Amino acid sequence: MRVGLFIPCYVDAFFPEVGIATLQILERAGIDVVYPLDQTCCGQPMANSGCQAESAPVEKLFVKNFKEFDYIVAPSGSCTHHVRAHFDAIEQTSEVKKVRASIFELVEFLHDVIKLNDFPWAEFPHKVGLHNSCASLRDLRIAVASEINEPPFSKPLNLLKKIKGIEFAAPDRPDECCGFGGTFSVFEEPVSAKMGYDKVNDHTRAGAEYIVSADMSCLMHQKGCAERLGLPIKFIHIAQILNGARE
Amino acid sequence: MRRLDHAEAASRFIANEKHEAFHDARLWDLRKKRDRVTHAIPEWEELRQLASDIKEHTLTHLADYLEEFERKALENGVEVHWARDAEEHNQIVYDILSARNTKTLVKSKSMLTEECDMRPFLERRGVEVIETDLGERIQQLDDEPPSHIVVPAVHKLRGDVSAVFARTLGSEAGNEDVNYLAETQRQTTRPYFLSADAGMTGANFAVAETGGFVVCTNEGNADLCASLPKLHIASIGIEKLIPKVEHLGVFIRLLSRSALGSPITQYTSHFRAPRDGAELHVVLVDHGRSGRLGMQDFWYSLKCIRCGACMNTCPVYRRSGGLSYGATYSGPIGVIIDPTFDIRKYSNLPFASTLNGSCTSVCPVKINIHEQIYKWRRIIAERNQLPFVKKATMKAAGKLFGNPTLYRAALSAAGSALEDLPRFAIYNWFNAWGRQREVPQPPPQTFRQWYIENRGQR
Repeated sequence: MRVGLFIPCYVDAFFPEVGIATLQILERAGIDVVYPLDQTCCGQPMANSGCQAESAPVEKLFVKNFKEFDYIVAPSGSCTHHVRAHFDAIEQTSEVKKVRASIFELVEFLHDVIKLNDFPWAEFPHKVGLHNSCASLRDLRIAVASEINEPPFSKPLNLLKKIKGIEFAAPDRPDECCGFGGTFSVFEEPVSAKMGYDKVNDHTRAGAEYIVSADMSCLMHQKGCAERLGLPIKFIHIAQILNGARE
Repeated sequence: MRRLDHAEAASRFIANEKHEAFHDARLWDLRKKRDRVTHAIPEWEELRQLASDIKEHTLTHLADYLEEFERKALENGVEVHWARDAEEHNQIVYDILSARNTKTLVKSKSMLTEECDMRPFLERRGVEVIETDLGERIQQLDDEPPSHIVVPAVHKLRGDVSAVFARTLGSEAGNEDVNYLAETQRQTTRPYFLSADAGMTGANFAVAETGGFVVCTNEGNADLCASLPKLHIASIGIEKLIPKVEHLGVFIRLLSRSALGSPITQYTSHFRAPRDGAELHVVLVDHGRSGRLGMQDFWYSLKCIRCGACMNTCPVYRRSGGLSYGATYSGPIGVIIDPTFDIRKYSNLPFASTLNGSCTSVCPVKINIHEQIYKWRRIIAERNQLPFVKKATMKAAGKLFGNPTLYRAALSAAGSALEDLPRFAIYNWFNAWGRQREVPQPPPQTFRQWYIENRGQR
């Protein structure tokens, strides 16, 4: 099994430790994983702004980088959803279709594909609040959203429960969007920031020391909010905890 | 028409902290009640699918069902009128009223008449129009449109209502007791019910096989409007049709549970024929609906039963208030309907969303709301309705991300400025991000640099 590692642009630029943890956990599982060096972005910022023409060259580049792999793994639900569901600015050749079908978000890949369920190297003796990004939750369905009347399950929680010492905080609105929303965070700044403030306050009230998520973009926004509010709450990507980060 | 600035209106709403906090909490409470009551029904998700299928069937045979409805209604002694658009609707209503020399019209809540801007039309022609739904009446007295399709004055605190009533109804200034305020509205509205020459309602469902229609309310005011005056006019959007009475069993179970988290509305009133000695008129209104039915990606929005669940769950709506959308329909459903009325004016609305999809999950007729919002963005870009800054930023970003060399060059300059983006885009971006948030600090090494150092050029 050859896996191509997709590291989203904002992780590459601002949170390399998340990319490193993702790579290392896949390597620990014995996966042959490669990071194609010419990758940039999935094209979501343009496509989510309605700009199909502008996303076309980015999609082409993505396909060129990842068409050879059996699986593509990304530590981001929102990028994964974008490639899987919205990657249609270019002609849908068999190569494009293959790329779209072979991408997995990290939690999905660990939970469903390689069924990794033991993390003996990991220990996280902290109280965490789990934040599922909306794309992970409602589009990829890595868990059941609270408004849906289906038997509850949560893939990230299944994984995190295997971590020694970890405790979970119970915020009032676990599934409420944090307000990042990509370009929404800038073009609808007042609402975006208010949503972010409410989110970090909710987790703080619930006693979370950390907010953990499979999406660093949400956390980047929440971190910016918490720092501005002067809250001591910390942020960590799920890959880091699974890979054995202690704090 | 000028482009509506949702972000700016939202920032004014948020600046009023007490109002915003109350609004958010009140609507979240409705969402929680909805969750509780729907989770108590094991077949809830099946019901949603069934309702969606019934609507889909009806909409794809709409002409037939409309004609069946008309035939049955005529047989029942109802007068049926067809209105192509808002203007025709308003004219029809006025003609009915003026032919009977009607000077006062009491009405229950109807989003369709809001959509048609009927009240000012009639008032200009000398007809006094009285809203009798409590929230709608508050909004009428305050000369503001409703901010929510189910709870029209939800953005107001009791102090606001007290001030409006003191100013317009002569209630005791400063008395914020809710019972006192509700009673004030009740006592001042009652004489209108007794003296009005005509009453108007909307309809939640119109049943083709019987020619009857159903009005679901909680205050009983619609029943007074329909039952006291000698003339009852019902304005009904053509998408309100359902084929059979038995289908009501599906929709009635869904409607109030989705809207308010209650099993059923206090009143579920069925109207089929005029009372003895009275008249019943039905106005069937298109006003853009048949056009929407022809839109490949967006006809699904016609399934909407106007429960407001998407608004209650929407984190953006709760924090920006219905009036910030500048249209009859606000929140997620408004975002996908409003551009069909005026794409330029409402071109910002599909961007007033994080695409979180909670609206889609709660919709009782399974409209794929967030997917439609996403598609509207494309249409708006294709029709050149994106603001200049956004368009230019995306052009530059597309160039940058489409080229690994440019991308890496830009990253190497991260922390100072991304040189390949136009300066105004950079400033716009960082200013907006940094207004209420800290900006992430670039680390000494990108992931790619670390990878090459530690894993080599594989």
